[in-house]
Amino acid sequence: MNKKKSISYAKWGYIFILPFFISFFIFSLIPLADTIRLSFYEYYRATLKIVGPNYVGFQNYKELLSSDMLVYAKNTAILWIIGFIPQIVIALLLASWFADIRMKIRGAQVFKVIIYLPNIIMASAFAMLFFTLFSTNGPVNSILLQMGVVTKAIDFMGTPFGVRSLVATMNFLMWFGNSTIMLMAAIMGISPDVVEAAEIDGCNGYKRFFYITLPMIRPILTYSLIVSMIGGLQMFDVPQILTNGQGNPDRTTMTLIMFLNKHLRANNYGMAGALSVYLFIVSGILCFIVYKITMDDDKTGTKAEEKAKKKREKERLKQMKKEGK
Amino acid sequence: MKRRILSALLTVSMVASMLVGCGSAAAPAADAAAPATEEAKADDAAPAADAAASDEGKVINIYCWNDEFRTRVEAIYDKVVETNEDGTVTTLTDGTEIHWVVNPNQDGVYQQKLDEALMNQATAAADDKVDIFLSEADYVYKYTDAEADVAIPLTDLGIDPDTDLANQYSFTKVTASDQNGVQRGSTWQCCPGVLVYRRDIAKEVFGTDDPTEVGEKLKDWATMKNTAEELKAAGYYVLASYADTFRLYGNSIANPWVSPGETSIKVDPQIMDWISSSKEWLDAGYFDPAVKGQWNDDWNKDMGSASKVFAFLFPAWGIDFVVKPNWDGAEGSWGVTNPPSSYNWGGSYVHACAGSDNLGYAKDIILAMTANEDNLIKISKDYSDFTNNQAAMQKAASDDSFSSDFLGGQNPFTYFSPVAEGIQMAPLSAYDQGCVELIQSSFSDYFQGQVDFEKAKENFETGIKERYPDITEVVWP
Repeated sequence: MNKKKSISYAKWGYIFILPFFISFFIFSLIPLADTIRLSFYEYYRATLKIVGPNYVGFQNYKELLSSDMLVYAKNTAILWIIGFIPQIVIALLLASWFADIRMKIRGAQVFKVIIYLPNIIMASAFAMLFFTLFSTNGPVNSILLQMGVVTKAIDFMGTPFGVRSLVATMNFLMWFGNSTIMLMAAIMGISPDVVEAAEIDGCNGYKRFFYITLPMIRPILTYSLIVSMIGGLQMFDVPQILTNGQGNPDRTTMTLIMFLNKHLRANNYGMAGALSVYLFIVSGILCFIVYKITMDDDKTGTKAEEKAKKKREKERLKQMKKEGK
Repeated sequence: MKRRILSALLTVSMVASMLVGCGSAAAPAADAAAPATEEAKADDAAPAADAAASDEGKVINIYCWNDEFRTRVEAIYDKVVETNEDGTVTTLTDGTEIHWVVNPNQDGVYQQKLDEALMNQATAAADDKVDIFLSEADYVYKYTDAEADVAIPLTDLGIDPDTDLANQYSFTKVTASDQNGVQRGSTWQCCPGVLVYRRDIAKEVFGTDDPTEVGEKLKDWATMKNTAEELKAAGYYVLASYADTFRLYGNSIANPWVSPGETSIKVDPQIMDWISSSKEWLDAGYFDPAVKGQWNDDWNKDMGSASKVFAFLFPAWGIDFVVKPNWDGAEGSWGVTNPPSSYNWGGSYVHACAGSDNLGYAKDIILAMTANEDNLIKISKDYSDFTNNQAAMQKAASDDSFSSDFLGGQNPFTYFSPVAEGIQMAPLSAYDQGCVELIQSSFSDYFQGQVDFEKAKENFETGIKERYPDITEVVWP
């Protein structure tokens, strides 16, 4: 039988994905390679004179390690954690309420839109709003004073705790809606059969949440944790605007990207490149974890069991051998 | 996330452009008028410029940080025909177009954009080259530097500073000169600082609101401290913030922050004095503890009628531009008197840029804006600038028609002029803006008790090395 020439549609596929790869190459890959290259150079602008580029090897990396970079990494982590914990807790709670058909929440759609709204506001505008609201003579302080809650205006912007809580509150407000919607989708993906079966067996809401919902949405939960972590690593706009780029007080709200921005402002491409490479490595590791989670190699959910089975088999064989001897 | 960062940057620049009027040069409280003596001179200059203009490029690019310079050029430059609606292009009589390239001053954005353009000056097309640019007193030195050679010496333009700019205040000429004393820029404004006080508080505490008697109570730091104690007993603060007094100390430093050819920052003893007295005064309760630095909401509110703050230290522009919009009480509640020491604050310098193809116009505009006495008086009248002309300003000081209703009928020029004459310009360096900004923000934490003195010093060192990678060490007195 003659081999019939088949019509290949594959080339159209390549043509359609070509624009992405071209723009990725120009706008992402080349700058990425260039950043890594520059990180090995001493290259900055001193007033109007350009210094470099001179090859300095790993000097920039060493210098960064001896600078306050790790302190800023700690700041970033703190800001992220105290924002993320309330965010995920509230989001879980809301998601399970909204997804629960029996609760019969009226106007659920309206609430979903409303909790998502803070995310639509520009982060910088939001930060400026908070800056005004929580200034020492601001509206929040005057309300507290008039209600007699406090006797003296609270200096929100003057203490590390105050500024950090404000940043965390803002991040929480902006992102809990987003998490809620995502978790809700996950919860609604749980087969109703399981829930119904559990309920017939007399399972209450509390148990349903902890023994059915939570385990079933674990992949999505981990995913949102990692994505939020990567987002937190890049935290910039809110603390930058709130503290006017200074990370006040005492640089306790200076995040890694604000630190990067400081180097870019000084046109210090070498140092900024080295810092970016550090961030790239950390993000890369986190991305790899996400990849591992989403690329499910245990589709039937029986992998662990099979492994245990194998082990048992092995041991049985061993035993038999021993006995045979 | 990228989008968020982008939008953040856009907002930063938007906000910065809103605020830019504050920090930079600006619109003052003066209503000057004085007879013209330099008409002939300006007329002489004009034909020469015309001749040069004929073979010049058709586009003049002017780099600046707000519309202040444009509005003044429109008002006084006789070759201006019209400006388009969004204020980006001004057409001149011979069809030449001025293109205004505006970037906000705050946080070094303007300098960054200008630096980029200057780097590309050699390769840019003739109509894209920078022809004229402005700089502020805080970083003028960076652009007048002889080695960088980006601002053309005035003599090369055909302007003789000794005759053409004879009436300018000499410190403005020194400020615009490079390390060899060659003047490379010129300004139309002069920003002598004064002390603006609340008349009602003065009456209540001192029993008088007369500027001379109040001035006597604030004539030097020691006297002012006693006055502060007196005000404190009555429940008032003498000033709003420690940042308010910074220019008074910062302008009397003996050596520049960075000496030419060096890569170390030397902190002047005057700055240390500012730090120790600020800490002392804040702890003693002479400043409003709620205010951190300047240009923020708390600071602005302290200019309102509900505030307990007695006085502010401002140059001419501050009264009209900052105090007035924030004041919500009766007209005539403020007065002007002498500051505890002479100082100046701000000022926009005009430079012709090396490589420009419009040098004739550059000369013409610089002369019209900064040398022509008629024009300067018009600027003083229309925009209440304290302009850079000794003769005219001296006349204004003794002319009662310059009195201001906002200041209770007082003529502020009587206080501006002597201060302007007493200004000794501090030695400048190209690093001034960063040093001034960072020393204030680093020690802010120290004043408020967040960090100890050593940690504040350390934070300043970290910050300054980040901002200027070529700085290797900071030397403390």
